[in-house]
Parts: sequence; structure tokens; C-alpha cells
Amino acid sequence: MKISFANMPERKDDKIFDACGIAGFLNIDGKLESGVKVKRMMSVLKDRENGLGGGYAVYGVWPNLQDLYCIQLLLDDLIAKNNVEEYLKTVVDIIKDEKCPVSNNISPAPIIWRYFIDVSPKMSNPDDFIVDVVMYINSEINGAFCLSSGKNMVVFKGNGWSADIADFYQIERYKGYLWLGHSRFPTNTPGWWGGAHPFNILDYSVVHNGEITSYGTNKRYLEMWGYKCRLLTDTEVVAYLFDLLTRKHRLSKLMACNIVAPPYYDEITRMTNGYQNIFKLLRVNYGSAMLNGPFSILVGCNRPVPSIIGLTDRKKLRPLIAGLSEDQNIVYISSEESAIKHVANGIERIWEPTAGVPVIAELGKGIISVGNQRNLLPMNFQGS
Amino acid sequence: MLETKKISDWHTINARKDKTPLSYKKLNSLIKESVNNGHKLIKLLDVCGQRFIGAGLECSEKDPIELEIHGVPGNDLGIFMDGPKIIVKGNAEDQIGNTMNSGTIIVEGDCRDVAGLSMRGGKIFVKGNAGYRIGIHMKEYQDQIPIIVIGGKAKEFFGEYMAGGILIALGLKYENSKISNFENFISPNLASGIHGGKIYIRGEVPENYLGIGTVKNTLSEEDHQILQPIIKEYCEIFNINQEFIWEKSFYKIIPGSHRPYAAYYTAKPI
Repeated sequence: MKISFANMPERKDDKIFDACGIAGFLNIDGKLESGVKVKRMMSVLKDRENGLGGGYAVYGVWPNLQDLYCIQLLLDDLIAKNNVEEYLKTVVDIIKDEKCPVSNNISPAPIIWRYFIDVSPKMSNPDDFIVDVVMYINSEINGAFCLSSGKNMVVFKGNGWSADIADFYQIERYKGYLWLGHSRFPTNTPGWWGGAHPFNILDYSVVHNGEITSYGTNKRYLEMWGYKCRLLTDTEVVAYLFDLLTRKHRLSKLMACNIVAPPYYDEITRMTNGYQNIFKLLRVNYGSAMLNGPFSILVGCNRPVPSIIGLTDRKKLRPLIAGLSEDQNIVYISSEESAIKHVANGIERIWEPTAGVPVIAELGKGIISVGNQRNLLPMNFQGS
Repeated sequence: MLETKKISDWHTINARKDKTPLSYKKLNSLIKESVNNGHKLIKLLDVCGQRFIGAGLECSEKDPIELEIHGVPGNDLGIFMDGPKIIVKGNAEDQIGNTMNSGTIIVEGDCRDVAGLSMRGGKIFVKGNAGYRIGIHMKEYQDQIPIIVIGGKAKEFFGEYMAGGILIALGLKYENSKISNFENFISPNLASGIHGGKIYIRGEVPENYLGIGTVKNTLSEEDHQILQPIIKEYCEIFNINQEFIWEKSFYKIIPGSHRPYAAYYTAKPI
């Protein structure tokens, strides 16, 4: 029987309860770093994975092609590749395409190919258009799956141990200022190439440890906005939610975090009037975008500037530790302190963010939310 | 009778080989080997996230074993431990003292979430702050009374579903070798679902922070007698002036009933 990498295998009724490992860092000054460091972070979190999925996202990786969308695909065979290519040629300009160099340490393995594409300058909303292209490829072209579709970033992921996935994609060849890493311990869906983390849409990438029990609600909500949740994997909705909230609805990252992990109503009643109104509004308007269940996530994105976000569920059912390097230039976020200390050359401080409150760091700006207190709405947003 | 060797020098184990952290299995087997060879004082260097350190390690009070940990010990430090003393020269990770039976864990930095879960006996002293759900499901039986002291802040669900033992939060702030008090060091959902044991908080506890099924009291004479030796031990371990601790008064949180959630699961509360 032919193996498909781009299609999820049949589900079995086998639930395992354990944890994934997540780690990531951002160089605030934009210094480019190879994938060696994030691989070393993941190596400490080995007890959190079971060899059924690993993946990485890197930002700042195509400085010479940063205005082009980079669509990286996982392909079953050359027929799928041809089909994708034919489709892409009809809708966008392919400026450059190349085979992603891979090692032969994993076999069988899919073909990994990437296309640097441009859209017509007349296009009123190129981002929306690319989302449609990704949704079309994932749902209509058999044997093809879109790993990532953002500008100046790319996702590497697959079925295997995180260290083997790093070797397979040879991530030491790539350099970026922001890296995310994930080692998977699948609980509700099988381990397969597309189901590994990070999940991506445009430049939004998410790695996740936990279980989004509100998946059904979130999925139906996202479908109203044109997203197709095809992977039956909870983390997918998180990537689409951040895209919807911060890009389409133009909310700040802090606001988006306050929507996916909102305060409880009894916490809201303890707030001042202005904040009460804002948080009630958010809960009422975005009830279906709230994430329920245990999670700790890292989100990477490019806009308005490259940023890393670390967030846990409001009851703190999954671990998340943040660290700042001694020179105050590198922000680390990970499941465990050991992963941070393993790679850091001196640590200024290590802290455990408050449950449901994000740690956010932006390129060039530094930490804009430490994750201590839930009160950080943008200054110009005044409630009445 | 076999005579057991007793070696009173420190035996050092490096938790890395060629800069790569050893697996937790390897590290634990080295510890076991060292104990079997009669070592009583064992120093672990460069620990990096290895789980289950000291798992199931046993010793008697007369013949103590001490483990000193440098680096970051991973989850489940001292799990099922029965007797030894573990000193962490820095921060610990999640779930320290998981289901431990007796012995002492001393953390000279912070500890993270779920420390002392299902603890059956022994003591945990954390100099600094702690994460969420400290002492969850901790229980006592006759003279087996587990004790956890958190020196600094404790986050939400402190003593959640607690069934026995003693849990203490002091709210001490350490900064540049100076000691002061945190303004707010306790969080909401305190002792949510508690149905046994006692929690002592050094300072006022806001009513809306109290979890389901809790009762707040001032200290009785008996409480003082329970607290005094524990506070003394904490202060001696971390070299702190005891008088400073007693400058603020404590409050006690105890269960209001044996079945705080009875109304949720039965037609009529019992």
C-alpha cells in the first residue's frame, strides 16, 4: 500500500496522556542564529516526546526574498507536485522554486519543495488570497500539504523524534532571529507529517503542549471566516485564531491573547470599570474564540514586527518558563527551565508567567508584556 | 550480618558527558550505584532537566543519605523518596516530592508547579517562590504528616484538594541579600476543595481569595506549637532571623467539611 504523507492516517481509538515539549527564542537585536541552538533546547526536552512528531519554525530566514511569500510543501510524489505547480501558475507568479535539501535519515519520507511567489500588485488583499491558496492546496490537491506560507519564514516538521526531524531538514543550514521548536507526544490524533507542529498560516506559527477541548466551537467559528480546519488537530485552530484576530480584525497581540485566554467573570468583577467593560465586550464578542482546556503555546509571527508570544491556559495546566539572557538581548520561552539554561550564556532572569497572561517580545523593541498581570491593554484603548 | 560500608566524603557525579546531559535513567543508576557502594553524601554537578532524581531512594534516620544538586533538576525530583535529604542549589522544576514518603527536599531558589503532590510524609522547604497547585492531594495518616514551607509567593490553587498535612506560605521577598515582605503573595482559589490538613498563611488573606469549602481562622495556642518548630527549621536552613517571621501574624485555612463538593455529586449534601 502506498503511504501518504499529506493525508492523515485513519484514526484509532488510542488516547495517550502525556506532554509535548516546546521551546523558542527571539534575538531582540535581530542577530541571525542557526538552528543548532533550538535543536539543543529540544534535546533537553526529550522525555516529553515519543518520536511521533517534531518541528521547527524560523523567522528572518530569507533576507533576500523577504517580500515574497514562501510556500513550503510536503508532497507525496511528483504527480502531486505537478498538480500544485499547475495550480500555482494559474493564480500567482512563481519567482523561484527549489527542492528543500533533506537528509536520508528518515525513510520513507515525502518530497519537500518550496515556492517563492508573488501576487499581482492589483490584488486588494494579498494575505487573504494566500490563505485561500493554502486552503485550496490542503483540501483539493491530493498528496500535497502546505507546511508554511509566510514571508521571510519557513516551517520544518515531520513524523519522528525532534532531533531526527532537525537532521532531516538540516536546520543548521538556516539562520534566523526567531526560532520555535516542538517535540510531540500525540494524544488524540495519530502521529503524521502534517499533524506535527508548528501549525502555520501565513507567517503565524504555533507550537502547543496540551489539548484544546474547545476545538469544535473554535472550528465552527473559524469556518464562518473562511478557514478550513482539515487536520482534525486542535492546534490548527490556534494558528487560524491568531491570524483572524490580529491580521483580519486588526487587534493587538495582547488583545488577541486576552480573547483566547480571557479572565474569568469573577476576576472581571474585581477590575476597574473601564477594564470591566472592555473585558466583558471581548468575552461577549469573541466567546467562540476562547480556547478551553490545558495548553501552553508559543506563537511566532511577523507583523507588525517579528514577535514571539508565550501563553498558558488560565488554570495553568501546562508549564511555561521565560528567561532573559544576561545581555538582555535574547528572550527564551520553554516548557522547562533546563532547556533555557542549557543553551543560554548567562541568564539575567528566569520567571514563570502568570496563567493566561502572555509573555510577548518584539524584534527591536524587546519584551512588551512580561506576563505578570492581566492589565496590559494598549495605552490608547480607553474604556468608558 | 553484613557490614555496610560508610563513606563520609562527598561523592561527585557529573550529570553530563561531553557537554550532553545524561539520560535520567543513566543518572539515577549512577546515584543508586553510589548509594550501594556505601556513599552517604552525593553531589550531582551540572544537572540539566533529568527527571526522577532520587526516585524511590531509601534510608533510615540513623543512616542518612544526602544529595546535593547543582544545576536544574527536572520534573518529579524525589518522587517516592523515603528518607534521604535533597538540597537543590538553585531552582527546581515541576512536581518535586511527588508521593514522597519521608525525607527532606530543600530548594534554595524557586520551585514550579504542583510541588508535593500526593505527598505522604517528609518535608519540603522552598526558600523562594512557588508555582501553581502546591500540595495538591497531600494527605496524612497518624504520625505521617507531610509539611511544605514556601518562603516567598505561592500562586493559585495553593493546597488544592488537600487531604492532610501542613502547608505554609511566608511571603518573604529576598532582594540583594535583604529580606522584606511581599505585599501580595497569595493568589485566588486558595485551598479550593480542601478536606483535610491545615494551611498557614503569614498575613491577611482576602475573603475572595478563599477557595471552595474553606474556613479562615486566627491561630490557637496549639497552632503556634505546630508552627514554631517548622519556622525554626526553615530559618535555620536558610539562615534567617526568626523574629522577622513572627513580626506578621498568621492565618489558618482549614476545611469546612470533609466533602466540599458533595453537593455537586450527590442529590443532597452530606
